[in-house]
Amino acid sequence: MALDKNIIDRWQKSNILLLGGSAGSFKLIFSIIKNFNADLNKTVIIIIHRKKNFYSEIEKLFAENSRMLFREISDKDKIRDNTIYIAPANYHALIEKEKCFALDVSDAIWYSKPSIDVTFESAADVYKNNCTAVLLSGANQDGAEGLLKLRKSGSLTIVQDPKDAEMPQMPEAAVNINAAEFILSSNQILELLKTEA
Amino acid sequence: MDTTTGYLTVPQLNELIDLIKKVHGFDFSNYSKASLKRRVLRIMQLKKLEFYDLKHTLVNDQHFFQEFLDEITVNVTEMFRDPSFYKALNNQVIPYISSYQHIKVWSAGASSGEEVYSLAILLNEVGLRKKSFIYGTDINSEMLKEARKGIYSLRKIKSYAENYQFSGLKGSITDHFTIMYDAATIHSELKQNTLFSVHNLISDNIFNEFQLICCRNVFIYFESELQEKVLDLFYNSLAPLGFLCMGSKETIRSEKFKKKFKVINYKENIYQKIGT
Repeated sequence: MALDKNIIDRWQKSNILLLGGSAGSFKLIFSIIKNFNADLNKTVIIIIHRKKNFYSEIEKLFAENSRMLFREISDKDKIRDNTIYIAPANYHALIEKEKCFALDVSDAIWYSKPSIDVTFESAADVYKNNCTAVLLSGANQDGAEGLLKLRKSGSLTIVQDPKDAEMPQMPEAAVNINAAEFILSSNQILELLKTEA
Repeated sequence: MDTTTGYLTVPQLNELIDLIKKVHGFDFSNYSKASLKRRVLRIMQLKKLEFYDLKHTLVNDQHFFQEFLDEITVNVTEMFRDPSFYKALNNQVIPYISSYQHIKVWSAGASSGEEVYSLAILLNEVGLRKKSFIYGTDINSEMLKEARKGIYSLRKIKSYAENYQFSGLKGSITDHFTIMYDAATIHSELKQNTLFSVHNLISDNIFNEFQLICCRNVFIYFESELQEKVLDLFYNSLAPLGFLCMGSKETIRSEKFKKKFKVINYKENIYQKIGT
């Protein structure tokens, strides 16, 4: 199925790409960021659920396979273009009006810290309609409320087709509350995010 | 959890900050706004309060203010949070400070005491307990009451078992507690050389001189200027060549203070005071 012109247009116009994923989302996120050129002219923010204490290979793999700058978020980091950020394990990552990150160690949400909801809601507050947000495979309900808030603020919201996701619960939760403007297969998501401005 | 329905504008948040400062004397004006706003919204939802009711209740109900304070000063903590930090402390800092006759430690933002007792366990394990003293401070006096008790639910202590295991200390975390039914009480000798007291990093001054200051995951709630002000307080509270430990995602960014501290462990953000 060919992609809608409207969706390509809005992806190209947005400055921030938010990727939220949990169980079963790693491979797709990996492929997405591997495709990006160093001069994407956007900021990519990844929130991926994972265990604390295991200094995971995820950060290393992403950093080694990305042409864009790749950085695990530190508190008060300025948010820059052409950079991929990943929320650190065991912290929530929020965005300040001054376009910098602020970390938070408060309670886990949906047993998750980092929580996708927290970052998505905060991004909606600061960036309004300037984001493209993609919610991927996962086994809980994190991200749905945050995605809805992004949709209401005018950002482009995409959910991985639950039929296509390894773990359908997370995308389903978002579809159920009508947070998804578009429901796309993993191939369509890859295809869309490959198109450059 | 639904955190999307609530609504709070920037001027409203600032109005609340002013009100709390005037009525209760706590100054949140240089706190990071994104997380402050999120937590105020959360309490508005929990208590089903609109903005105007919240203001009214904050002024007139002292009991409610305590709840409010508990909610907006994040008190989520773990024993041996970031086990790799405790490992680094053991390998890179303990050998140095063990040569002192007395070791004074300050845990700032002590909350319910988990960090203080983690440090007490570590110092005990390396044989330094008797010559060390740990001060735990927080702005929240109710939290400090909990800290002084040193009693935690068994469920909580078990959830810290993995941290403990990765910290490199021998045995298991439960070795340091007396367990009765579902409550775990820290061994009394570990409580001996600790003191918990109220101290506000924003408005209070130096109260002692320390060989080691731990202030982890507190700076994340402060805006950059306030971070620098608190760094100054720590710098002046440290003995020459004393150590400052920040959270693993908190760094010294100010050029002024980069010159005054030497990085001992880049990943764990352990610093040593240099210069005078």
